[in-house]
Amino acid sequence: MSDLKVVADPGTHEIVLTRSFDAPRDQVFKAFTDPDAVASWWGFRDSKTEVAELEARPGGRWRFVGRDSNGGEHAFHGVYHDAVAPERIVYTFEYEGMPGHVLLETITFEERDGRTHMTDSSVFQSVADRDGMLASGMESGAAESMDQLDDYLAKG
Amino acid sequence: MDEDRLNETFAALADPTRRAILGRLMGGEATVTQLAEPFAMTLPAVSKHLKVLEKAGLITRGREAQWRPCRLEADPLRQVADWLDGYRRFWERSQERFGRLDDYLREAQRKEAPDGHTGDR
Repeated sequence: MSDLKVVADPGTHEIVLTRSFDAPRDQVFKAFTDPDAVASWWGFRDSKTEVAELEARPGGRWRFVGRDSNGGEHAFHGVYHDAVAPERIVYTFEYEGMPGHVLLETITFEERDGRTHMTDSSVFQSVADRDGMLASGMESGAAESMDQLDDYLAKG
Repeated sequence: MDEDRLNETFAALADPTRRAILGRLMGGEATVTQLAEPFAMTLPAVSKHLKVLEKAGLITRGREAQWRPCRLEADPLRQVADWLDGYRRFWERSQERFGRLDDYLREAQRKEAPDGHTGDR
């Protein structure tokens, strides 16, 4: 019943996800910015997330570590540029398994008809980075897909 | 992933007659005459389509002079499936992430209003 939409126009640096949630805006905003909240839902079904750091304010740092049932560990970190409750968060995002490929993520929340509408825009440093993220299936954990992503990015 | 191979495969698939031919061949080998049957098309026209499919490696044609049965080859379509797979996983992963957020929000709202009244709004 999800209204998730993914838009990635060819030749651009951006992926835009939109989705709505059956909850008031301040609650959704909190879900993204409160460390305990984030730890309970962020990440993939088969992994547990440790919120090592999360300071949702300008200049604040964040770092999450996902651990899957095979003992695989995948860490992500960045810096918050902006956090305006309950409408917007802006931060950089880097996967520690692939350093040097940084994206800027802007998430905005709008409340309409009792639902919260989220727009999540990720802007990459190159079209290749953006395409690589799509082609890898976002499975930053699987070594195999990271190899493929490496190969893809190496081709320029 | 062979980019040129993908280009040729997609070009070959970008035609409804050729896709219908591939569909027919999934059911087993067939001759040109058998493949031409459903179409209001001359045999040479069908042969042109078969040439495109053969060049893209999607079909092979037997050597038996008179009959030359056509056979579906799996490899190029498997490459397409692999290419699509990444996008499918991306979609599914996005669904997953926000599915868990749905669960969290539902639980958070339930905690906030156990007796049916809304909490601090």
